[in-house]
Amino acid sequence: MIKLYELTAHELLEKLRRNELTQEEIVSGLNKRIEEVDSKVKAYVRVGELSSSDGLPIAIKDNICIQGQPTTCASKILENFRPPYDATVIQKLREAGFAIYGQTNMDEFAFGSSCENSALFPTRNPWNLECVPGGSSGGSAAAVAAGEAIWALGSDTGGSIRQPAAFCGVVGLKPTYGRVSRYGLIAFASSLDQIGPITKDVEDATMLFAAIAGYDPHDSTSVNRPLPDYSASLGKDIKGIRIGVPKEYFSLSKGAQLEGIDDEVKRSVEEAIAQLRNLGAKVKEVSLPYSQYAVPVYYIVATAEASSNLARFDGVQYGLRAKDAQNLIEMYKKTRERGFGYEAKRRIILGTYVLSHGYYEAYYVRAQKVRSLIANDFANAFKECDCIVTPTSPTPAFRIGEKTQDPLAMYLSDIYTISVNLTGIPAISIPCGLSKAGLPVGLQIIAKAFNEEMLFRMAHAYEQNTSWHKQKPHL
Amino acid sequence: MNYEVVIGLEVHAQLKTNTKAFCGCSTQFGQEANTQACPVCLGFPGSLPVLNEKALEYGIRVGLALHCQIQKLTKFDRKNYFYPDLPKNYQISQYDLPLALGGFLEIELKELRKRIGIHRAHLEEDAGKLIHEGDHSLVDYNRAGIPLLEIVTEPDISSPDEAYEYLVSLKAILKYLEVCDCDMEKGSLRCDANISLRPQGAKELGTKTELKNLNSFKAVRDALSYEIKRQKELLESGKRIVQETLLWDESGEKTYSMRTKEEAMDYRYFPEPDLPAFVIRDEKIQAIKDVLPELPEALKKRFIAQYGLSDYDAGIIVAEKALAKFFEATLRLYPKAKLISNWLIGPLSYELNSRNMSIESLSFSVESFVSLLTLVDEARISNLAAKEVLTQMCNTGASPEVIVKEKNLLQVSDAGELEGIADKVIAGNEKSTADYKSGKANALMFLVGQVMKLSEGKANPKVAQEVLKKKLEKWGKDA
Repeated sequence: MIKLYELTAHELLEKLRRNELTQEEIVSGLNKRIEEVDSKVKAYVRVGELSSSDGLPIAIKDNICIQGQPTTCASKILENFRPPYDATVIQKLREAGFAIYGQTNMDEFAFGSSCENSALFPTRNPWNLECVPGGSSGGSAAAVAAGEAIWALGSDTGGSIRQPAAFCGVVGLKPTYGRVSRYGLIAFASSLDQIGPITKDVEDATMLFAAIAGYDPHDSTSVNRPLPDYSASLGKDIKGIRIGVPKEYFSLSKGAQLEGIDDEVKRSVEEAIAQLRNLGAKVKEVSLPYSQYAVPVYYIVATAEASSNLARFDGVQYGLRAKDAQNLIEMYKKTRERGFGYEAKRRIILGTYVLSHGYYEAYYVRAQKVRSLIANDFANAFKECDCIVTPTSPTPAFRIGEKTQDPLAMYLSDIYTISVNLTGIPAISIPCGLSKAGLPVGLQIIAKAFNEEMLFRMAHAYEQNTSWHKQKPHL
Repeated sequence: MNYEVVIGLEVHAQLKTNTKAFCGCSTQFGQEANTQACPVCLGFPGSLPVLNEKALEYGIRVGLALHCQIQKLTKFDRKNYFYPDLPKNYQISQYDLPLALGGFLEIELKELRKRIGIHRAHLEEDAGKLIHEGDHSLVDYNRAGIPLLEIVTEPDISSPDEAYEYLVSLKAILKYLEVCDCDMEKGSLRCDANISLRPQGAKELGTKTELKNLNSFKAVRDALSYEIKRQKELLESGKRIVQETLLWDESGEKTYSMRTKEEAMDYRYFPEPDLPAFVIRDEKIQAIKDVLPELPEALKKRFIAQYGLSDYDAGIIVAEKALAKFFEATLRLYPKAKLISNWLIGPLSYELNSRNMSIESLSFSVESFVSLLTLVDEARISNLAAKEVLTQMCNTGASPEVIVKEKNLLQVSDAGELEGIADKVIAGNEKSTADYKSGKANALMFLVGQVMKLSEGKANPKVAQEVLKKKLEKWGKDA
């Protein structure tokens, strides 16, 4: 008997087309699965059909505005906040017939790599409930992995789609900056944020991406550029495609970052590269010398923007307000003290500091300069290759609580994903192995700006010749 | 010791675009609180700004009119500070790449011309309005997000009068460009002033203070005068000037401290990531330049050269765009520039001022005004009567012909009709007629005045004078 909850979106659509399944059966199957496993996984913060539609249900990360529905970024400060408007991606999904089905857990305001920073509860990894699902889009990745969602939207500022996708053994795409409208995405770091799909396989990712991508006049950073037919990237061979492997990311030469890379992750990724070579791709070593500064640069740029973006949560117009304040300053202080979690406060303080008079040049301006050097690295590398392959994360999913006391260790779990956001280019994470402990390993493929087709082509070719994406957690 | 006064002004001009700077909300003044607001100007989570092209165009217009260099590459920045009238707790402004840099505005004071340097002009968004009521405050966000152009001078202004003159000239330019209502009462024009004193001839600038809450041009002048006196007294008694922001208390006519430099805010400016830096193409600047209206300075020169107006008259007429327009419209129908300018600057301005009215709200047409001038010019009514007609025209909008008829104001220019009155006057003023005969020319003017009086103002004074002269000569001979 087929397990309905394991089917991909394109498989379900095919069955609908053939009248082997009805819309009602899909929805009730989904409800049943959620009832069975969500008490263990805790992927959703709110669930239930939010719009009736003939299309497939989709789960949405809790930082994407849905008109009239609580949208809280898993933060106390936005408890009961109901946006008066739909994010552009939600509008597009509605127009394309999707049923907005539920909202998924996340690190508060997308600050984190484990979903432990949610003000509500931590989400667990469906492959091992003692482990984190990754973050910040951990709820979306866990829901898709556990069959609690057919597909989902996440957002990626420094790896927040790709890292949880890797930890949960699903596909996650961070699109080119400007490809998907950010209008209605509650901002973390405006120059880095992108919304993207989290799906069970590459074909679903192309479908969902095609539904949300495109120019939006409401987002001045979105790019007006024709959309190619992404489905055309599927099933193409990869003969002659040049794959760049950054020497700094593997032990090909000694570098400061390598200490953190897990042997099993390294082996899985090397095997994946070998597999791609077998499929006709040419593997070349490339160099990304400045990527060793990506993490510090990121934590300056992202926190600076976040400190300003989160200033609006002050209790004046919406969200939490401390009612016992005697004056304005006290209202600000008490509201923000009670409304923000520990990591949010840490990042607001850090971001405020790096923008402060006397430190701005030394931190923010310098970080922006290094940011363009990192982008130069990629531009140079892409002169020699068509895509770059790396691990998505240096380790498989870690245990809940393992890194909460060590923010630096936590920040380093995004070491391979962050430079992609700093550069604005697209990247995808696909399953490429399982550790001995039975935890998924992710392969990251990176391409030039606006070349998501390359990602789909490579990822699909790899997926069609492997079975990692068919592995499912036992819940 | 003599001190040199150094003043710089920061003017915030609300640009009168139909919609706000970064969203589609209306900018109309005086609407019910919070009815002109949307997720963008309320800074709701997830909303994003999109620049209003018109605001940019208006900013460029002003920059060009002030002889500034329009910057090819420009961007927006965030100015971060917490205040409840600021929905996002940051203001979208421009920091290090402002729209316009390095221009000047020429002012004229006591017939001396002086160039006031323009340091920069940049676009930003306005904040909302706080209304304090008892133990709580309310916020109206209708104003939040309206585009502002901040125009900053160099410290080139050396007296409160110069500051006043600068503001008058700047206002005229903004009105000519049709980019700002310049209504200080409604807050569409706001001004802050920086002022410092230094010993005459000193090179280094003294410590400055910043004056805020200046709600009229007069307040700017008064506050600066007060501040000069205050700073002078401090310096003369050997005390230090504290760098601080002062608020002008108009009713008490003094300043009080708002915050000192130590308490100054750190705005943590950084580039606005939601609005990418952009390039303004030369063609765009040229297109705006091509349709720039004639500005007061150029218009004044033309009025002097083309119509022979005096420098003074031309200055007054061009000070207000509507007045200059009215002048030229009248001139097209009735090509007597001097006569028109006399009537505009004199009687018409008097009528408007006494009604606190602008020339745009006149209740009669240019054609009616021309009819009135024709009646005066053809001596069909006296100057005095004409002023009365003008008052009536302003009151009722009726045509001058109708008013003249109703009030029976037509002038008597027929010598025959005036002879009888002249005889009576001569008979009744023996002393004056004798004076005239003995060579006192002034006596004749007195007699003319008596004719006017007896005719109830309707006699044409020129004709009356001739009739009197003739009769007095004859009378002399007869005697």
